[in-house]
Amino acid sequence: MTGGFASAGRMHWGWFISLALLLILLPLGSDTHTPTLLAIWSLFALSLGLMWGYAGILSFGHAAYYGLGAYTYAITAMNTGESTAALILAVLVPGMVAAVVGAMMFYGRISDVYMGVITLVFALILNKFMGATAGEAYRIGSARLGGFNGIPAFPILNVPGDPSTQIYGTGLYYVVVVCLLGCYLIARWVLGSAFGRTLLGIRENEARVELLGYNAPAYKTAIFALTAAMAGLAGSLFANWAEIVTPSLFGLGQSVEVIIWVIAGGIGTLIGPVVGAVLLGMLKLLLGEQTLVDNSLVLGAILILVVLLLPRGLAPSLMAWRARHVVSGAGRSRSGGSRRRRPPPSGDSR
Amino acid sequence: MSEPVVETRDLSMRFGGVLAVNNVNFTLRERELRCLIGPNGAGKSTLFKCLTGQHRVTHANGRIYIRGQDVTGWRPYEIVRLGVGIKTQVPSVMNGLTVWENLWLAARRIHGQHGTRREVERVVDELGLGAIVRREVGELSHGQRQIVELGLVLAQQPWLVLLDEPAAGITGAETERLIELIQRIQEAAAVVVVDHDMHFVRMLGGRVTVMHQGSILMEGDSNQVLNDARVREVYIGSRAK
Repeated sequence: MTGGFASAGRMHWGWFISLALLLILLPLGSDTHTPTLLAIWSLFALSLGLMWGYAGILSFGHAAYYGLGAYTYAITAMNTGESTAALILAVLVPGMVAAVVGAMMFYGRISDVYMGVITLVFALILNKFMGATAGEAYRIGSARLGGFNGIPAFPILNVPGDPSTQIYGTGLYYVVVVCLLGCYLIARWVLGSAFGRTLLGIRENEARVELLGYNAPAYKTAIFALTAAMAGLAGSLFANWAEIVTPSLFGLGQSVEVIIWVIAGGIGTLIGPVVGAVLLGMLKLLLGEQTLVDNSLVLGAILILVVLLLPRGLAPSLMAWRARHVVSGAGRSRSGGSRRRRPPPSGDSR
Repeated sequence: MSEPVVETRDLSMRFGGVLAVNNVNFTLRERELRCLIGPNGAGKSTLFKCLTGQHRVTHANGRIYIRGQDVTGWRPYEIVRLGVGIKTQVPSVMNGLTVWENLWLAARRIHGQHGTRREVERVVDELGLGAIVRREVGELSHGQRQIVELGLVLAQQPWLVLLDEPAAGITGAETERLIELIQRIQEAAAVVVVDHDMHFVRMLGGRVTVMHQGSILMEGDSNQVLNDARVREVYIGSRAK
C-alpha cells in the first residue's frame, strides 16, 4: 500500500462527473433493480477500502456494521412508521458501536492478528444472537426480531415528512447513487485533510506518528467509526432494496466477500473497491442463476488469480497500464518515437 | 541552578529476571548536552525508552519528571506534546511517504495550517534535503533516513531532544555535519544523546553519564570520563581511544 498525500487527496473531477452522469442516465436504458444492489455493495466496499487502504486497519467483520445498519433501520422504521429517523439511526448506531469497539481495541494496543479475531468474532456473535431471537420475547417495541427468518414488512424509504410517499424502484436507485457519490466525496475530503494525512502516516508507521505527538488510537477509532457508519448506511439501503433483514447480513460470507471485492479492485484506492464490488457482484449474480459451480469456489479462485497476477488489484493495475501507455505515447509523439519516458509513480488513487 | 528538565528518581525496569535499569537517579538541566554511554547491555536504551514512554513505567518502578511534571506512565504522544523531540535507534520514518510529507506531518501539529509549509522549508534548508525532498523515504539510504528523522525532530521545535544512536550508519563527513547540527540544536534545547561510540561522544563534547549493568557508573565532562580507569575497564579498554 503506497501513495502519498497528493494521490490520496487528489480529486479527479472529470472522472467523477463522467461517472455521475453515467449513473444518472443509466435508468434510461436499463432496469434499476440490479444496479441499485451493485451500488449498495459498492458503498459497503468503499467503506472498508477507505479504512483498510488508507489507515491500514483490516476488519474481518465489517459486515457487523452493515447488518447493524440494516437491523437498526428495520426496527426503527417499524416503530416510527416512517424512514427519516430510521435512516439517521442506521448511520449513527453502527458508528457509535464501532467507536466503542474501536476504542477498546486501539487504546488496548492489541496486535493486528487479535484485532482481526475480535472484529470477526464480533460479527459472528451478532450473527448467532440474531439467529436465536425467534421467540416472542425478542421484540423491540413493535418489531419482532424473528430469528433466522429476520424482519420482513417494515416501512421502506419515504419522502421526509411524508410517510405516504414511498421511494422505491428508480427512486431508490437515485437515493443509493447519491449516497454512494456523497460518501466518495466525503472519503476524498477526509483524505485531503490533516486528519486523513495523519491516517496515512499511521498506516506507514504508527509508532513514529505517536512520537510526533499524535494520539494514534484516537485517529484509528475515528476512522473505524466513520467507515462503520458508511457500512451502516449501505446496510440500511440494502434493507430497503431487499425489504427484509436476516442474520445472514452479519455472516462470515458477507465479511469475506467485501474483503475480496476490495483486494480484487485494489487496496489504497477509492475507485478500486467500487470496481471490485461491481464486477464481482455481477459475477455473483450471474453464478447465482446456475447450480453447476459453487459460487464461493469461483470467488476463491478469482482471489487467488488476482493476488498472483495483479497483486495491486484491478484498478491500480489498469491505471498504471494507462499511465505507462499514455505517457510513453505522448513522449514518442514529442520526440518522434525515439524515446520512452519513465511512467509516473504508482499510487494513483482515483 | 535552574530547575531540571529531566529527572528520574529511583527508576528501575526489570524484564523477567534481568534488571535492565537499576535505581537510576538522572538529572538534566536546561540547554545541557548530555551523552549517555555504556557498553552493550548497560541499560542506556532501556533508560531512553523509559524517558520517552516507549517502555511503560509505573510508580512501582520509580518516578520520571519532565520540567517538574510527573510523566511516569505517560504514553509517548503525551510526552512529545510537552515539547520533547525523539529520535529512535533504528530510523523510524514513514517509508511510503516523501521526505516533504514526513516533515509536513511533524510540523503540522505544532505550526498549524498556515505555518507548516514555512517550517518544512526551513528544515529542508537547514538539513540540505532539497535534492531528495520529493522522494519516498523508503528509497533513501540509511544515513539519509537518519537525517530525515532528525528533521522530524527539528520541525517540532522541541525544548528537550532525546536522540538514540544518531550517528549509527552515518559516514565520516556526515558525522561532522551531525555533530554541528546537534550542537546547534543545543543552543535552544536540552539534548540527551545515547551512544556507545566513544569517538563520537568525544567529538560531541558536553557532560557524559556512563551506565554499567543498569546503574550509573559515573558522570563528568567527556575528557574526565573517557580517561577514567573504571570506564575504560567496563568499556573494553581498546575501544576507549
